[in-house]
Amino acid sequence: MADHQAVEKQTLPPNPEKATLDGRNKYLGFWFFLGGETVLFGSLFGTYLGLRGGVVDGPGPADLFHLDLVFIMTMILLTSSLTSVFAVINMKRGNYKGLLMWMWATVALGIAFLGFEIYEFYEYYHAGLGFTTSAFASSFYTLVGTHGAHVAFGVSWITVLLIRYKSTGLTLTNAPKFYTAVLYWHFIDVVWVFIFTVVYLLGIGG
Amino acid sequence: MSYAKAQSKNVVWDWLTTVDHKKVGILYLAGGAFFFALGGIEAVLMRIQLMFPDMAIVQAQTFNELLTMHGTTMIFLAAMPLLFGFMNFIIPLQIGARDVAFPFLNALGFWLFFFGGLLLYVSLFTGGAPDAGWTAYVPLSSNSPGQGLDYYVLGLQVSGLGTLIGGINFLVTIINMRAPGMSMMRMPLFTWSSFVASMLILFAFPALTIGLLLLMLERLFGATYFAVDFGGNIIIWQHLFWIFGHPEVYILILPAFGIFSEVIPTFAKKRLFGYSAMVFATLIIGFLGFMVWAHHMFTVGMGPVANAIFAVATMAIAVPTGIKIFNWLLTLWGGRIQFTTANLFALGFIPSFVMGGVTGVMLATSAANYQFHDTYFVVAHFHYVIIGGVVFGLFAAAFYWWPKMFGYRLSETLGKWFFWLFLIGFHMTFFVQHFLGLMGMPRRVASFLPGQGLDAMNFISTIGAFLMSIAFIILLIAIFASTKNRDNVQDPWDGRTLEWTVPTPVPEYNFAQTPLVRDLDPYWYEKHEGDGKIKAAEPLGEIHMPNATVLPVTISAGLIVASFGFIYHVLPLIIGGFIITFGAMFVRSIKEDHGYHIPVDVIKRDKEEGK
Repeated sequence: MADHQAVEKQTLPPNPEKATLDGRNKYLGFWFFLGGETVLFGSLFGTYLGLRGGVVDGPGPADLFHLDLVFIMTMILLTSSLTSVFAVINMKRGNYKGLLMWMWATVALGIAFLGFEIYEFYEYYHAGLGFTTSAFASSFYTLVGTHGAHVAFGVSWITVLLIRYKSTGLTLTNAPKFYTAVLYWHFIDVVWVFIFTVVYLLGIGG
Repeated sequence: MSYAKAQSKNVVWDWLTTVDHKKVGILYLAGGAFFFALGGIEAVLMRIQLMFPDMAIVQAQTFNELLTMHGTTMIFLAAMPLLFGFMNFIIPLQIGARDVAFPFLNALGFWLFFFGGLLLYVSLFTGGAPDAGWTAYVPLSSNSPGQGLDYYVLGLQVSGLGTLIGGINFLVTIINMRAPGMSMMRMPLFTWSSFVASMLILFAFPALTIGLLLLMLERLFGATYFAVDFGGNIIIWQHLFWIFGHPEVYILILPAFGIFSEVIPTFAKKRLFGYSAMVFATLIIGFLGFMVWAHHMFTVGMGPVANAIFAVATMAIAVPTGIKIFNWLLTLWGGRIQFTTANLFALGFIPSFVMGGVTGVMLATSAANYQFHDTYFVVAHFHYVIIGGVVFGLFAAAFYWWPKMFGYRLSETLGKWFFWLFLIGFHMTFFVQHFLGLMGMPRRVASFLPGQGLDAMNFISTIGAFLMSIAFIILLIAIFASTKNRDNVQDPWDGRTLEWTVPTPVPEYNFAQTPLVRDLDPYWYEKHEGDGKIKAAEPLGEIHMPNATVLPVTISAGLIVASFGFIYHVLPLIIGGFIITFGAMFVRSIKEDHGYHIPVDVIKRDKEEGK
């Protein structure tokens, strides 16, 4: 086992995701992209905060939100971030099988999260909160839904990578791809932490 | 793909699939010029309508559509793409790079912009263009009947996506692709200001993306963000729009500042005065640009505290801008000034832009703003900064870089006719509008009454617009009549920066050997301290190039199909469009495309032919 790892280390540089100019460009470009995404979600948060009191006759945050459900969703997404970290650690150790396995775990947790979110929206809809019910409803569904769309995109992206590269081994071409996908995954996890705080905790307690 | 295969393509297919930053730059220029002409025609139609009181050349509804399309076109589809054209062509050459960081995304950015613009213009043929002003304030825009505003929302969304992608591409190019020795503080000012402008694009455009998304959901899916009776709030649109919209004006003016900082030293034969002060002034303007958006909303009722804060922040921008003006003047001071057309535009810019800056500080005075708001005074102000700044910059850039880009020099005689007619026409059109505004003429009105003292100045303004149109036609003549000036095109102005060291026409790989930069103004340094030739930083070797691809056009076309689906509520079109777009992205993701290599003997042959 130790011998095997040593061989892998010789074939690829220690940071394969940043070893080529292409990789470095992707890495830096993706950080900039996440900077733009921050403003995007910032605008949605601002809109939600401005409109969350506009419930008119429909149900308000305190009538709808259940912290137990949201707690489970938060735990699932945080764990998925952890599994993606394990994937990157395995990538740096040159253990490609480990990388694939932990990325599949991340995808599975992402799908579980999406399942809960769909269930959540379904529940709210039946509790009388349609998309057009009130300004609160519209802004809530837009903010949380945009995050959900990001999760869905991330799940499909990582799945495509996992299938495309299932038997190629780690290369200087696919290392930056996996690495940026993990960066993206962490980002949507961080956004969820803010949603948990600003939308749900504030919705019930504030 | 092999080298031989990469060379044999038919012309149309070549331009449709190119990922070469120089060709993408020319595509941006062509697309931008096309929309610039359309926006100009709209402006002239408006001026004809306002030539005399009670005119009825166009109806009020048509006038609303004209003013909306004029503003939207000039900002999103003309000024920015034209700047992007020069940025694309020149930045890699100025930093000694063979290409941009993301050639694929670069091409994608262009096609998104172009298709988005065309989508916006389809509205003219489908029963009415958008008519709520380029700012599309709700509830006017959310309640506007017909499909006009739907085209606005989706057209701008698609083209804005292209701009965002372009911005990220420039940022990474400038950070990662600089030649050895080209430190950040040796970068030419045009590259620096484009860098800061790209930063602004990155952080400003997502706010527009969200604004447009909300407006789209409100109009097409019945969302209630802006519906007051459902608990909505119309001010949110104004905030989102101006959080984008104010940085946007700096996105336009900063690259123009960069152009003047290239043109003035070249034609004064002096190093730019206060290089580092220029860099930091640019950064400060970029930073403050995000702090002042609410000065567009002084009359909304934010209260005296918010108004005062935004007023002071706005006035603060005059300080770094003033630093720049003085640095340009001191660069000219004692220089051997050549009055070429490019330099005339730079010299004309300084007083014209200062006038726009002065009215800017007047508008920033929030108490006085209640008087100026929504009058022709505002119209005069922003045309002074945008034409006197951005458009003069674009014309200076055109005359300055034309030989490098197209292989011939634009006629100086026609150029000077063009400059003087345009300068006079511009001031004639907009100077009088200050007074029209102070006399109370509101902007965005389709006509005015006689006998209120507005007749003469409106007439003068229209004549000025005609002069600008004639000037523009002279520019078009110059472009076609100058093609014989094919001598002295490699370094026609005794240039200072790296773009003048490469042969004309520029080979697809730009630099046969990556240059070694030894000083600020590297070419000038080698001319006077070295042997006049740039040192090479690497031995001659194979050059890696990216493959041409049709995927950028496909991705953009898919989004247009989906947009029509949204506008007319046709679900199959939405799904089909997204399948095209995401399918093309999927192909891009799974197909590894490693490009091709240009062999050494081809590069050697080019070198011997002096190419």
